[in-house]
Amino acid sequence: MPMHVGLVHFLVVSAVLFSLGIYGVITRKNAIMVLMGIELILNAANINFIAFTRFGTMNISGQVVAVFVIILAAAEAAVLLAIVLNIFQQMNTVNVDEVDKLKN
Amino acid sequence: MAQTIYQSFGYVLPEAVLSIFLILTLLTALAGKRRSKYLPAFMALLGFVVAGVFVFQQIGTDELVFSGMYAVDPFSWFFKIIFLVTGILIVIFSIQSRELDAVSTKYAEYYSLIISLTIGAFFMAGASNLLMMYLSLELVSISSYILSGFTKENPRADEASIKYVIYGAFSSGLMLYGISILYGLTGELNIYALNQVFASGALSQLTVLVAIVLMLAGLGYKISAVPFHFWTPDVYEGAPVTVSAFLSVTSKAAGFAMLIRFFKIAFINVGAQPAMAGMWVIFHGLNWTDIIAVLSVLTMTLGNLVALWQSNMKRLLAYSSIAHAGYLLMGLVTLTDQGISAMLMYFVAYLLMNLGAFYIVMLVANRYHTEDIEGYSGLGYKSPYVAFALTVFLFSLTGIPPTFGFIGKLYLFAALIRTNYIWLAIVGVLNSVVSLYYYVKVVRYMYLVQPEDRSRIDFGFGTNLMMTVLMVPNIALMLYFSPVLSWAEHSVLMFGLR
Repeated sequence: MPMHVGLVHFLVVSAVLFSLGIYGVITRKNAIMVLMGIELILNAANINFIAFTRFGTMNISGQVVAVFVIILAAAEAAVLLAIVLNIFQQMNTVNVDEVDKLKN
Repeated sequence: MAQTIYQSFGYVLPEAVLSIFLILTLLTALAGKRRSKYLPAFMALLGFVVAGVFVFQQIGTDELVFSGMYAVDPFSWFFKIIFLVTGILIVIFSIQSRELDAVSTKYAEYYSLIISLTIGAFFMAGASNLLMMYLSLELVSISSYILSGFTKENPRADEASIKYVIYGAFSSGLMLYGISILYGLTGELNIYALNQVFASGALSQLTVLVAIVLMLAGLGYKISAVPFHFWTPDVYEGAPVTVSAFLSVTSKAAGFAMLIRFFKIAFINVGAQPAMAGMWVIFHGLNWTDIIAVLSVLTMTLGNLVALWQSNMKRLLAYSSIAHAGYLLMGLVTLTDQGISAMLMYFVAYLLMNLGAFYIVMLVANRYHTEDIEGYSGLGYKSPYVAFALTVFLFSLTGIPPTFGFIGKLYLFAALIRTNYIWLAIVGVLNSVVSLYYYVKVVRYMYLVQPEDRSRIDFGFGTNLMMTVLMVPNIALMLYFSPVLSWAEHSVLMFGLR
């Protein structure tokens, strides 16, 4: 019997991605890995938006949001990578724990 | 309500003007063989002034444009003026800053980023759609990530920008996930429509709680409220002084504008009796007012207590700005018109005193190359006028009577007492007393510690004039504050709320 894929399946995938994203941001020391965690969070939200639009009775605005978020994620990644590149040139590391000249 | 896109364009002229000047400022980099320091700054100033003319033409407008995406109402008008004044002052500060000379080939980019942050703040103040809120928040955030690391040869600025971008991207990601849940629950992105769905009362309380807490992560990070404040001290200390000053006013005010609009429109029961108009509705199970009140107490207490141990002036002002976010949140707790107008008035005071304090920090860093509080030793003997101005700004930040900061705090506390939040008002007053200690510590170094080198240093006519321009309203508005008060009272009006 073929399994029917419904809204709940998408929401579970999105929740798992969201949790993995938070886990990645919190545990990883490498700035690039942190960026990937952030991307996971954004994509989890995107899956939510699209799934709700597809299975809900609401209008199409959720899919519009997803398109905007994809563009913004690219912009944010570009800025973060530029900053990480600059950090690497200045301090020869991409480990966020080693960037701690400022007082804590 | 202006429905068509063509009609709507008439209402976003200030933003359009700023966008044009953003491009023009960027293009000044191509003019001439040697890159000029003054041409981009002049272009940015011109942009703010021309945008100001268009903003002034919008006085009294009350419209929802672009199919409910963006509100042009007295509330956002108030914040637009705040952003423009801050933008103009920051451009003038930046011209005088020595710190930015390290990136003297990139002035055009610097000023265009200042304009783009201001455009984002404009949209934040008027955003009445969750997508618009997220987009404008990101426009402000991305500009400020780049600005905070703008002096990129300086490792401290680099550290500031990487910490800012990681915290910022993470918090706005959480906020987006919250928005997606809210969208799934209600099927709406427009906050007016959200209000109607909330009012119907058919939603799962727990899910709404999760969604709103996630959204608060994004908003709380912008206003640097505890527990989302961790980036603030590091970014303010590492970033160039002008950028710290800019972030501390524009970015925070924009965050507050969005927060107030979201809570006020989505959560207030519009159909309630006039006497109940300020009441929070809808969620019977949990009391949002208490959550915000606890957030406010935590924010101001942590900000003030940690500030006591700071030895770096920029870091001290960072913790002080966290504490001020706490004071401002007190106004949000009441959510009455009186509370909101007290918040608006406090923003005028906050702009004057905080920018003033940062300006002096910049002058001292230019001249003595220090940001430590000990570096201010004997400033009262070396440059009496600068020391006097800083004293006025610090007293205003504390809220001591002959300054406008006192009036701002007074109205906040009055609004709290009117709504029976007396315990919160007492916590606020106690916090102000604590803050007196670290503000006066700076004053003590300036006047009671004898300098080794007592030679007088004059900062020049332009600088003295600038200090006077910032200092006079701090005192004059204490004596004659009724224009600001009536302006703030007229500005609580948002589209759709009468």
